[in-house]
Amino acid sequence: MPGAPAFSPSGVELDRRRYRRTQGKRSVLISVASTVIFAVVVLGVLFSSSGWPQVQESFFDWNTMVSSVGPILVGLWLNIQVLVVAAIGVAIFGSLLAIARTLRGPIFTPIRLLAAGYTDIFRGVPVLLVLYLVGFGLPGLNLFDRMPAQFWGTIALILCYSAYVAEVLRAGIEAVHPSQRLAARALGLSHAKTLRLVVMPQAVRKVTPALMNDFVSMQKDVGLISVLGAVDAIRAAQIQVAQEYNFSPYVVAGILFVLLSLPMIRLTDWYTARAQKREQIGGAV
Amino acid sequence: MTSSTTPVLRVDNVWKLFGEHPVLRGISLEVAAHEVVVLIGASGSGKSTLLKTINLLEPVNDGQIFLGDEDITDPQVKPDAVRAQVGVVFQHYNLFPHMSVLANVALALRQVHGQDKATAEARGLELLTRIGLGDKAGEYPDRLSGGQQQRVAIARAIASDPRLLLLDEITSALDPQLVGEVLDLVRELKKSGSTILMATHEMGFARRVADRVVFLKDGVIVEAGTPEQIFENPQNPATREFLARVLNPLG
Repeated sequence: MPGAPAFSPSGVELDRRRYRRTQGKRSVLISVASTVIFAVVVLGVLFSSSGWPQVQESFFDWNTMVSSVGPILVGLWLNIQVLVVAAIGVAIFGSLLAIARTLRGPIFTPIRLLAAGYTDIFRGVPVLLVLYLVGFGLPGLNLFDRMPAQFWGTIALILCYSAYVAEVLRAGIEAVHPSQRLAARALGLSHAKTLRLVVMPQAVRKVTPALMNDFVSMQKDVGLISVLGAVDAIRAAQIQVAQEYNFSPYVVAGILFVLLSLPMIRLTDWYTARAQKREQIGGAV
Repeated sequence: MTSSTTPVLRVDNVWKLFGEHPVLRGISLEVAAHEVVVLIGASGSGKSTLLKTINLLEPVNDGQIFLGDEDITDPQVKPDAVRAQVGVVFQHYNLFPHMSVLANVALALRQVHGQDKATAEARGLELLTRIGLGDKAGEYPDRLSGGQQQRVAIARAIASDPRLLLLDEITSALDPQLVGEVLDLVRELKKSGSTILMATHEMGFARRVADRVVFLKDGVIVEAGTPEQIFENPQNPATREFLARVLNPLG
């Protein structure tokens, strides 16, 4: 604006900023102090417990941990491969299920019912059971060539997680305001194009945090394929445990799984915070 | 305004920036007890932002705001204690859809002001009856017309007898035939002695009800005065241009 004064903070404002800064420093100090005290108390109780030396020996034996890292990492690579394939499979199958459940019109009734029944059943059955049934049952039919255990494990994971992801996506599709669909149809877009170009992009955006959460959950559940005999990180750890008579390899596998999931967890937090910030523009409360 | 009594509200050189963009640039304003001050100006002139800073929904970047004698921009002030003394009515009513009309009105009385259920609901029912909606007390907001919802929102804002009432374009989202009932209620509030600072696009209403009219442009008070001064004899060319445009949009 011509002739308008430029902004330069007054004494009052500078005082306020100084006060806020000292308050900020104070709260940082308090949080550091309380964290340190908390950690000291917890670790103190842990290390002074009477059973700690034995627990340390059988779960945190440094030499065993170091020697088991190699085989477990090789196994973890299998987990990662399974995870990538399963994630892609879940994305495709889950989307199809979600769309099938939102189809309108009497002609689609059987598809709708099938999809609804599928999600009901596979969300109810424990993942472990599905793994057993798929991994030991399907090969028994002799319909397929011999496949490695990780193949069946991946199929079982896709079957289970698609049901969850489909429900999340369906919630997202139904959360897109009907007026959006109306506007797209008014332009002459077909039902399929409306879904693909207008509804799905908004639906996915709405449920991205929930989807990322499902992905994090799947990241650790890929470890379950070890029950079928696939030599993944957990199975590799199990082998080491049996050889060494020491549980430390399990701890190593646990740490590696946590490290694997950390980037995704942080990414989910960041994305959720960003989305929240965007919705709250102009509001301090 | 007399200098012997402390004004209910004193805004002193308030600045508000969104990023680098200044929205309020040194606003100073006083509202005396029982006074009705109307803010007018184009969209984006800073009316709503000014009201939000007064309720501490937006922190100011500079300047001070006094509610009575208290500097509410002091970082040591508890915002919720300030907000409990100020009533706000929003453009889109913002009633809580999962609560009955009566529960909406009684909510702050019970949860903020610590009244028991019976006292709060008696007060709520009295207010609803006063605004002619006593028979709607048990209804949910979505069963009411926009005008009725906005009247309930006003009842919710005044339930705890706030020292100051902020009305933020409360008729902008209403169908034209529903504007009257809401403005009638505001006029009654003025008669009963409420202190009101409101932003509005209803120039006719501003003219009849305001004690003082304040014209904002680009975050600056361009001109302020009695409705007669502003509407009959505006001094600033910007004011004249704005009024010409809103009073005769096709001209």
